[in-house]
Amino acid sequence: MSIKVMIPTPLRVYAGKRDSADIAAATVGEALGRLTSEFDELRKHLFTEDGKLRAFVNVYLNDEDIRYLAKENTPTKDGDTISIIPSIAGGTSKNAD
Amino acid sequence: MATTVQPQTGAKPVTSLSNEEILRYSRHLIMPEVGMEGQLKLKNAKVLLIGTGGLGAPLGLYLAAAGVGRLGLVDFDVVDFTNLQRQVTFGSGDVGKPKTAAARARLSSLNPDIQIETFETKLTSENALELFKEFDVIVDGTDNFPTRYLVNDACILLGKPNVYGSIFRFEGQATVFGMPEGPCYRCLYPEPPPPGLVPSCAEGGVLGVLPGIVGSIQAMETIKLILGRGENLVGRLLLFDALGMKFRELKLRKNPNCPMCGEHRSINKLIDYYEFCGVRGEEAPAPNVQVPEITPRELKSRLDRGDDLFILDVREPHEFQICNLKGHLIPLGELPRRVHELDSSREIIAHCRSGKRSAEAVDFLRKAGFRKILNLKGGILAWSDEVDPSVPKY
Repeated sequence: MSIKVMIPTPLRVYAGKRDSADIAAATVGEALGRLTSEFDELRKHLFTEDGKLRAFVNVYLNDEDIRYLAKENTPTKDGDTISIIPSIAGGTSKNAD
Repeated sequence: MATTVQPQTGAKPVTSLSNEEILRYSRHLIMPEVGMEGQLKLKNAKVLLIGTGGLGAPLGLYLAAAGVGRLGLVDFDVVDFTNLQRQVTFGSGDVGKPKTAAARARLSSLNPDIQIETFETKLTSENALELFKEFDVIVDGTDNFPTRYLVNDACILLGKPNVYGSIFRFEGQATVFGMPEGPCYRCLYPEPPPPGLVPSCAEGGVLGVLPGIVGSIQAMETIKLILGRGENLVGRLLLFDALGMKFRELKLRKNPNCPMCGEHRSINKLIDYYEFCGVRGEEAPAPNVQVPEITPRELKSRLDRGDDLFILDVREPHEFQICNLKGHLIPLGELPRRVHELDSSREIIAHCRSGKRSAEAVDFLRKAGFRKILNLKGGILAWSDEVDPSVPKY
């Protein structure tokens, strides 16, 4: 069973520059767990130290926010897409360093 | 369901167009979706643009061209050369001028029949409500989290729609917040990211066309709200990936427990948004790590003296191509696994563009046991200013 996880631009640098990953998983939490076990930096950006999803990162199963489904326990099925949507604030982009 | 924005009461609505205006707007007037009724709605509408930068450029141009009767522009910035790659309101001759003044001149020449009000000020918790209350629609084209939350909260407190757009490199997001039936920004993101977890500026930059596309989507949504036509983005987050050239949309739900727009509002006034976002403003991020430094002039005189110095450049390869000080290139992110390339017995001078990334590099290397290492204060920017102006700044 294969789930596609879409990795947003700001987090690709922590995920080997990949834009998506195909993962076998039965729940959203399992898919994110498998993905982040591969990329330690990505895990730090998505989860707090006690393993909770960070408040500025939203996760969608297809087009629905998992906060309104069963959160990380939301079951997945073959062909589903998980999107990680972090908040971005840019309107004009400035260099700062 | 089409949602119409009710114009603010006050000035008497205009009920007719001049012959010149009829000619100017004829391609609107012959569309049944706009027509004379719609064009008069646009003429009577008051739209406030927060930011006149990348998103603000297409917003200002299209809303002025479309005949939105009163446009407010809020910005405290000055046009600089690096803006011209995407902020198409401005020309080369505008560099150095306040953005609001330059935008006003451009938009008035585009459409002399509209009123443009400029507010050359930073949007703050003290002035936001006063500024917003005169306008029907607020359009958020800012570039930082504190202002995003401030715009959201002020719109909710006043019951104004907030046409939202944001961009990052080659990705954009757009939606409409602040409608009674729809969610607000806090429903989507209850909290901002802590400053340390925002991707570094080395990963910044933006494809110049991207704000043009996202800002145009915001302009379209603004016009639809005024006309009360079509399906607007309330409850939908539109995602645009310019590299893949894909649009997707996600459902946005109103959070019944939202502290701002939920059933039991717990935020009843504007707060300190810099504190909320854990930053003291864009200009003053968290204090840099303190490391030993060398000024560009000191470095120049030591190089001229023939001292044996190893120059370490911790920028990205594409930055090295723009300009360099003939240093050894190891991007900051690769430093931990490439430390073996460095000789700790030699004196090392680390540099980047501004001195911030190289301070992290120096800090890291000192912890790894390097003793003879200095950070070039102010980076290549300062080198260009103080030693060699032929080195381009970027």
